[in-house]
Amino acid sequence: MSIFEYNGSAVVAMVGKNCFAIASDRRLGVQLQTVATDFQRVFKIHDKLYIGLSGLATDAQTLYQRLVFRHKLYQLREERDMKPETFASLVSALLYEKRFGPYFCQPVIAGLGEDNEPFICTMDCIGAKELAKDFVVSGTASESLYGACESMFKPNMEPEELVETISQALLSSVDRDCLSGWGGYVLLLTPTEVQERVLKARMD
Amino acid sequence: MDVPAKGGFSFDMCCRNGMMEKKGFKAPGFLKTGTTIVGLVFADGVVLGADTRATEGPIVADKNCEKIHYMAPYIYCYGAGTAADTEAVTAGRESRVVTALALLKSHLFRYQGHVSAALVLGGVDCTGPHLHTVYPHGSTDTLPFATMGSGSLAAMSVFESKYKEGLTREEGIQLVSEAICAGISDDLGSGSNVDVCVMTKGKTEYLRNHLLPNPRTYVSSKGYSFVLGQTEVLATKITPLKQAEVTIGDAMEE
Repeated sequence: MSIFEYNGSAVVAMVGKNCFAIASDRRLGVQLQTVATDFQRVFKIHDKLYIGLSGLATDAQTLYQRLVFRHKLYQLREERDMKPETFASLVSALLYEKRFGPYFCQPVIAGLGEDNEPFICTMDCIGAKELAKDFVVSGTASESLYGACESMFKPNMEPEELVETISQALLSSVDRDCLSGWGGYVLLLTPTEVQERVLKARMD
Repeated sequence: MDVPAKGGFSFDMCCRNGMMEKKGFKAPGFLKTGTTIVGLVFADGVVLGADTRATEGPIVADKNCEKIHYMAPYIYCYGAGTAADTEAVTAGRESRVVTALALLKSHLFRYQGHVSAALVLGGVDCTGPHLHTVYPHGSTDTLPFATMGSGSLAAMSVFESKYKEGLTREEGIQLVSEAICAGISDDLGSGSNVDVCVMTKGKTEYLRNHLLPNPRTYVSSKGYSFVLGQTEVLATKITPLKQAEVTIGDAMEE
């Protein structure tokens, strides 16, 4: 079994018109046993920047704590929030530092830039950045997510449509993966508000 | 306290990761850039080319990734191998191609091939145009035309038959594009589009997506249209965002 498949996870982020959505499943498992159905995988860095961490849950939580620490230091020094591109470089550098003994996490970063331009990117577990203009996926359900997003995504979607699309893509993909699912969590960010939704999903 | 490190690698997770491997949990694969990368020297400078596919095992992770790395105003570097390694190795500085070459090879040799980056380095400096290849263990070659990556054999066959000295800029770009297209068709690890970079004395042109031989044709004109409210939601929480207020002048000024 791979280390990535120990806990199971699915994270996806999509870009819309001046908004973005990031979604994850809610299962925490220990191999084939489910231990929790309300596990948080999407974390807030600042009001307009979120990070979703798939992979080994303990590394996801440790990495999140390290990143929040670094961002708070940055906020104290620079007296402002980090831009999404800068934050992506920070995560990449932090992960590459551990090139020969890595954190087993694949981050998905989603943020709204200065001019409310959405920014998404993902990385492998040693920090190779992959910027995308449409969607990024990670986790054990990534192969199904690639397929679902490729067919369901449309450019320049309005917020309501974006939420429906990302929810349907997530739910259909995790239904094809035993290790992820058991609920869905979707976060939509527009320039004026944050909408968080807990989805009803198959609990198997 | 976790003080930010000043570069270099940190090996503190190796014990734990080793323990996991012993218990039977295999480490995950990394993103590779399967790749075809090529370079050639023409009359006035150097042309570099690459495909744009990034793979994660057999899956295409990124259909349009950038494999070119900027090193100095007239020195660019294309990389194959582990994507993170090629990005990290090329964060360099110098303004002579041979200096960049020496930096790259000493870095790679220090890690004895474990930093798995295979690069094509090209540039124009005060001594003229140069083209080099760098292998993961630190060896280098200096050549008039070069190919690297999984698609290198396909691309080299094009170069060997059509290269001649003193090519013009258009002929150089045409030949590089043909070589990359050969890699895209004949190698599974390379695909998508062709990126070309032309460097001459005092000018660099980066032709991102110079050729798009594989457009996406399976788009359904109707697409998926979901009814708003179709997804069943258990709970919703809406938080309005405070707009940041910028005050001109320091509030603490006397």
